[in-house]
Amino acid sequence: MNKTVWIVLIILGLLAPFIVYPIFMMKLLCFALFACAFNLLLGYTGLLSFGHAAFFGGASYITGHLVKVSGLTPELGVLGGTLFAALLGYVVGSLAIRRQGIYFAMVTLALAQIVYFVALKAPFTGGEDGLQGIPRGNLFGLIDLNQTFTVGTSPLPLNLYYFVFIMFCLGFWMIHRAINSPFGQVLKAIRENEPRAVSLGYNVDRFKLMAFVISAALSGMAGSLKSLVFQLASLTDVSWHSSGEVVLMTLLGGVGTVLGPLAGAFTVVTLQSELSSVGSWITVIIGVTFVVCVLLFRRGFVGELGRLLKKSL
Amino acid sequence: MEISFQTVMSQVMLGLNNGVFYAILSLGLAVIFGLLNIVNFAHGALYMLGAYVALLGYTKLGVLIGMPDFHLNYWAALIVAPLVVGAIGIVIEKTMLSRLYKFDHLYGLLLTFGLALIIQGVFTNYFNVSGDPYEAKPEILNGAVNLGFMMFPKYRLWAIAVSLVVCFGTWFVIERTKLGSYLRAGTENPELVKAFGVNVPLMITLTYGYGVALAAFAGVLAAPIYSVSPVMGAEMIIVVFAVVVIGGMGSIMGSIVTGLLLGMVEGFTKVVYAPASSTVIFLIMVIVLLVKPAGLFGRES
Amino acid sequence: MKKVLLQVVASAAVVILSGTLAIAAGISDNVVKIGVLTDMSGPYSALGGKGTQVAVEMAVKDFGGKVLGKPIQVIGADHQNKADIASAKAREWFDNEKVDMITGLLNSGCALAVQKLAGEKKKITMNTGAASTDLTNKACTPYGIHYVYDTYALGKVTAEAVVPSGGKSWYFMTADYAFGHSLEGNTSKFVTKLGGKILGSVRHPLATTDFSSYLLQAQSSGAQIIGLANAGDNTINAIKQAREFGIDKKGQKLVGLLIFDTDIKSLGLNVAQGMQYTSGFYWDRDKATRDFSNRYYAIHKAMPTMDQAGAYSATMNYLKAIKAAGSDDSDAVMAKLKSMNISDFFAVNGKIRADGRMVHDMYLMEVKKPAESKGEWDLLKIVKTVPAADAFMPLSESTCELVKK
Repeated sequence: MNKTVWIVLIILGLLAPFIVYPIFMMKLLCFALFACAFNLLLGYTGLLSFGHAAFFGGASYITGHLVKVSGLTPELGVLGGTLFAALLGYVVGSLAIRRQGIYFAMVTLALAQIVYFVALKAPFTGGEDGLQGIPRGNLFGLIDLNQTFTVGTSPLPLNLYYFVFIMFCLGFWMIHRAINSPFGQVLKAIRENEPRAVSLGYNVDRFKLMAFVISAALSGMAGSLKSLVFQLASLTDVSWHSSGEVVLMTLLGGVGTVLGPLAGAFTVVTLQSELSSVGSWITVIIGVTFVVCVLLFRRGFVGELGRLLKKSL
Repeated sequence: MEISFQTVMSQVMLGLNNGVFYAILSLGLAVIFGLLNIVNFAHGALYMLGAYVALLGYTKLGVLIGMPDFHLNYWAALIVAPLVVGAIGIVIEKTMLSRLYKFDHLYGLLLTFGLALIIQGVFTNYFNVSGDPYEAKPEILNGAVNLGFMMFPKYRLWAIAVSLVVCFGTWFVIERTKLGSYLRAGTENPELVKAFGVNVPLMITLTYGYGVALAAFAGVLAAPIYSVSPVMGAEMIIVVFAVVVIGGMGSIMGSIVTGLLLGMVEGFTKVVYAPASSTVIFLIMVIVLLVKPAGLFGRES
Repeated sequence: MKKVLLQVVASAAVVILSGTLAIAAGISDNVVKIGVLTDMSGPYSALGGKGTQVAVEMAVKDFGGKVLGKPIQVIGADHQNKADIASAKAREWFDNEKVDMITGLLNSGCALAVQKLAGEKKKITMNTGAASTDLTNKACTPYGIHYVYDTYALGKVTAEAVVPSGGKSWYFMTADYAFGHSLEGNTSKFVTKLGGKILGSVRHPLATTDFSSYLLQAQSSGAQIIGLANAGDNTINAIKQAREFGIDKKGQKLVGLLIFDTDIKSLGLNVAQGMQYTSGFYWDRDKATRDFSNRYYAIHKAMPTMDQAGAYSATMNYLKAIKAAGSDDSDAVMAKLKSMNISDFFAVNGKIRADGRMVHDMYLMEVKKPAESKGEWDLLKIVKTVPAADAFMPLSESTCELVKK
């Protein structure tokens, strides 16, 4: 894709905290990373997981616990959360790839539900209260993530923002690399025609599992970052509604496109924040978006745009 | 706490009570999945809708049609709610689902997920999420029966009995009648059945309508037991999905038997280690998947 | 690539600087903003919810709509009983909306999250809804006030009424979050202290509607008293279902540890008669409470619960403190609040202590028999008035680090 697009996006990302509410922007980045990680699985491997909240939310608890109780620095907390999600992804993935299509979706959903119940009942998660008061701490023990810089009259948490932004870019770059590597080519081959990939001698299950683990790990990284931003890990992030939301973000933006999940996450998070005053009508609006998307433009915003421009975005 | 026979039996009875709801709901899912190949995520929302048809028919309908003294009674609701929800189902199938058959089946799941959010969101907006009581329980079903080991409310016994009749009735129609044989044939090879002059699209529409009508029926049955709340379906649907996976997707008998059994297992777990009761079904699911990936009653494809 | 990156960084720096200058002007805070953050749609919405916002708006209107010449604004939001939504909303209110004080905060999980955040942001919370004693103990902050009641007072007053009259063995049905745990813990302490015994407990999720299996567990424990360490619709459903299974006919008694007038209203006197519980307010206590409550009823079509009446009183005293301090600076207002006497229709002998606890008289209530009731809201009688000093945890026992020992 065009280099200038990337540069514009990076500049926008760097400037964003001065223009919009930084907490909102960080939430956006977390969900965008989550959606991109999810898209690696759905868009490039053709596997619809309905249980990705387990990685996103699960990792946020682990990071919260590591930082709050074990007193680790935030980058180690995020690393711990990510590793946990990768491990969990390995377990869930090994079970789920035994089935295909709808069965795969159902199995991931049900397994994610176990994670939800563990989060509800385990002694360290705080149950329905959530894990509260997670400190943001000092990055590498040096940079205070809580520090704010007053610009005008608004104190902006710039250290935290740029930490989240860099992590986001790192995650995004990894996904981008994975897609454009030989590994990514095999994934696409599996998506298009699995029996053929098998007959070409590829160990399809291993590739699927690897894609699943990478996707889970990066989803976990997104969840870990979110727990630092909001200083809270809660059941909302492990519930099946979150799993559904990430599907919506990806679908809305465009399954299998690079920029689609970004656009989708941006739209959904903005909708949620702009419409927070209308209460549960948000659920209705999100539902309607889902239905319209499935019925009318299954390629998503970016996918449709790409078709118009005859370009892969 | 000592585990007495009495305690176990009481909890297992309550478990059976939950189990019949799992059974009816997963039965509806199985019927729909069998013919349409769609996992109906809106099933829980339509179950909730059935309960609300009963509730609103009793409390609001009279005022709405200008006859404040009119209340839709329980028995009428048992018929009306499934019809209303079944009709809604037919509209959903005709206007939306039918456009998706030529695409990946996953789109059906996503569409019904969206529908579930819409229905649930609308009701959350107008009603208390912790539920409104349904007060139209018939006089004759009030009170409790002494089962020897416990006092069991009459209404719950009725709910268990009538659910079993509906479940096995459906099984009989599908597995043992001519109509059912068309259905089963339509599942196997729709093109061939079409060639024999059977109107397959109509059959599909009616099947979806019947499947969701079952959910609404369960909703009315549940209304006097649990409060009628906008999230009652959302809490139920995931467990029912697990039931369907364990039973084997699309298997009619599988979903009935698994629903009943898992309800009782859940009840039993409450005696042994209560906190695990909500997880036990999912643990069983994992084990079943490891040992028999197609489910207990499913066929390997 | 390096060159491009340099360009990016340079242009970013330029825009950041110019952005700084642009934002510097034009933001002011010429308003006192009060946020009502509470359960507006869930199990506690009847006893708090929009009714709490109504009470706060009444207080603002009664105060004259302005303080120190600046307008007073009230905004409300539903936290849906989720700590993450509560804390995100509060954060946004503090950062963007310039909210000065948050009240309501039903649900201890949400309250703890918001009070901690408010402490960091130096904003005041006047908690009228949540019950956990943690708020004025290990989680206390210099800006947090716990206004109406807490689990210590509820547990103490109720246990002292129930245990001596024969309720020696207890089994708890507990809402599984901060509030339920705190209520069970505090009540257990008093039950054992008074010579009673705890036989066990079962914890249920906040979203439970079917209590049958929990009730059976409680029944098979053989305890004389089934203590309901939950609230709102949970309590109502548990009591109704206990009757359905004939539990109350077998000599076991259900004791609700936190009950509001609105709960009694929806249970009906027939079901609830004779029940005793602890409350911080009753609308029909004297002329002042009746006057306020009738005005409130005219707007909200229900009599105020202790949470709602408390929110009125808290707002009123907050505004008085601003006026007295001549500033809405949190430290100045808190200093005033802690030195004032709180005395109005709601609070008798009220005082805000160093740990943030507002202590005032509490009441042991009893539900009237249907024959004794003379009107729709004539539900209760006050059996005993417990003086402020006896009802709440003594300051010497508080583990709050603000308390000088």
